[in-house]
Amino acid sequence: MSETAAETVEGAREGGGGHDATGATIRLESLTKRYPGSADPAVDSVNMEINAGELVVLVGPSGCGKSTTLKMINRLIEPTGGRIRIGGEDVTHMDPVKLRRKIGYAIQSSGLFPHMTVAQNIGLVPKMVGWSKTRTAERIEEMLDLVGLDPGEFHGRYPRQLSGGQQQRVGVARALAADPPVLLMDEPFGAVDPITRDHLQDELIRLQHELHKTIVFVTHDFDEAIKLGDRIAVLREQSHIAQFDTPEAILTNPADDFVSGFVGAGAALKRLNLTRVRDVEITDYPTVTVDDPLQEIFNKIRASGTNEILLLDRRGRPYKWLRRGDLMRARGSLARAGTLVNDTVTRDATLRDALEAVLTDNAGRVVVTGRRGEYTGVVDMETLMNSVQEMLEADRLDAMEHQHDLEEARTEHNRHEQEGVGGGGEGEA
Amino acid sequence: MNFWEYLGSRHQQLLADAFQHASAVFQCMVVATVVGVVIGVVTYRSDWAGNLATITTATLLTIPSLAMIGLLIPVVGLGVPPTVIALTLYGLLPIVRNSIVGLRGVDPSLVDAATGIGMSRLARLVRVELPLAWPPILTGIRVSTQMLMGIAAIAAYASGPGLGNEIFRGIASLGSKNALNQVLAGTLGIIVLALLFDAAYVLIGRLTIPRGIRV
Repeated sequence: MSETAAETVEGAREGGGGHDATGATIRLESLTKRYPGSADPAVDSVNMEINAGELVVLVGPSGCGKSTTLKMINRLIEPTGGRIRIGGEDVTHMDPVKLRRKIGYAIQSSGLFPHMTVAQNIGLVPKMVGWSKTRTAERIEEMLDLVGLDPGEFHGRYPRQLSGGQQQRVGVARALAADPPVLLMDEPFGAVDPITRDHLQDELIRLQHELHKTIVFVTHDFDEAIKLGDRIAVLREQSHIAQFDTPEAILTNPADDFVSGFVGAGAALKRLNLTRVRDVEITDYPTVTVDDPLQEIFNKIRASGTNEILLLDRRGRPYKWLRRGDLMRARGSLARAGTLVNDTVTRDATLRDALEAVLTDNAGRVVVTGRRGEYTGVVDMETLMNSVQEMLEADRLDAMEHQHDLEEARTEHNRHEQEGVGGGGEGEA
Repeated sequence: MNFWEYLGSRHQQLLADAFQHASAVFQCMVVATVVGVVIGVVTYRSDWAGNLATITTATLLTIPSLAMIGLLIPVVGLGVPPTVIALTLYGLLPIVRNSIVGLRGVDPSLVDAATGIGMSRLARLVRVELPLAWPPILTGIRVSTQMLMGIAAIAAYASGPGLGNEIFRGIASLGSKNALNQVLAGTLGIIVLALLFDAAYVLIGRLTIPRGIRV
């Protein structure tokens, strides 16, 4: 623990040194914001520990103080009490301007400066922290590439010449330009249409896979939280943490009525979003290719014991489902026999997508394909049902174990405190 | 002597007056712009300070120009000083008001973003807020210039420079054969100057308003 903290402080001081730079831990210690003239604090004593390289989503109803909490991390809002540690370093009282240059910041509706080109926007922070012109220029191209925009095309454009989704990508590129260990995102995808939002979320997951930043992400959309978060903090008013756990645990074992209310109906369905087809059992089906002689196809159908057989094209991609009678009826012509395979899923698809495909298929199964569309197996209703049952059962066990651990830790902690040891020493670690 | 003959015989005098007129307005505009924008920058963040600045400059504008120059003569004497002071004060209102409105009109989320990515207060002002507020400020400068063109004619009352001299001479010798020509030459000269300045502002706008926010 102390080792990783030391490393990340080092990373933060250098301002990042390329792709292997990882995030820094963030620790909020009884962080409080009280506005003059109001009796209750807006944010009341938040304690939270965010691991390096983790994506934590703060989610809660509007007005719960999630945005205020986020803005206290880069001190856009000065806390009135408590401490912030980033990578072990206490940043509660450091120069906020210097602090913010080490923390990426992306906001709703992109926050791009309309009077600057895309390149100028992205280059702002590297310039401010004193990178050379050539290094900044290289970095701009690199960042545009990273967020999936063609540097040659978008370099000189102004924000208003971009679509909402493209603006948001540039916003993320600007936030990451100086390679900060920490990235704060304040409802960054709130103002784009659902389809673009979906793309941007996928994009963020991919980016995080490459970069391993510590990301704190604020949203009021619980589905977005499930999709993106390594861990989710469900906040109620005054930023009180109702539950801080993995998406799986929150879905299967919400801590109280507030959380389950927020999770909403269909927790089991949402759980399906968290598992990929590759995680469940894919059954193998008898297959033949279009080049096989008819006699062999007959034999295979007869030998397989199943009612159906899958016909693949020359490149191994699923082409048609053939039933026993189909070939007879089509008088031996493969071109006329069988039903076309019209829906497939990849191994990376979520179980929800798979279920969708299975439900719309008239025989209740869907073909799983590999990267180039080649056949790898079949998932049917029964496999899905079984996997979901197992998954939920496992989640329940995990959650119980986790709760048990927490309670044990709490009693241990209390015991230490009563004995008058531990408190100070632990704080330093 | 008809008007064209008059212009022909007096063109040297007229050109000198026109040049002085333009030069006085230009110099006063530069001072008024600097002072006006600074007042705007200092006051826009607070409600009462901004309003105070607007109301003060608006009050200045309501003082009749003849009275203002008359009041300044005993304090600073005749000639250039009362002209410059009066013109600068009159020029302030549109610039101060548009600076405040422009700076307050900058999208708060952009200010938030600028601070959030680590800009200092000064950097934020110079690189984000002023460039975004520039179009309304420029409009204020333009309006101000048009106004000063007319007011500058009054400066001749305090023996100041400019085309006002021509107009005053004409008014003083009403009934003489060149009186009308003099007034007409002064007035038309001012109108032509105003149009030339306006054209210059259009050009300045093209050159200084960033392409990304040009309408």
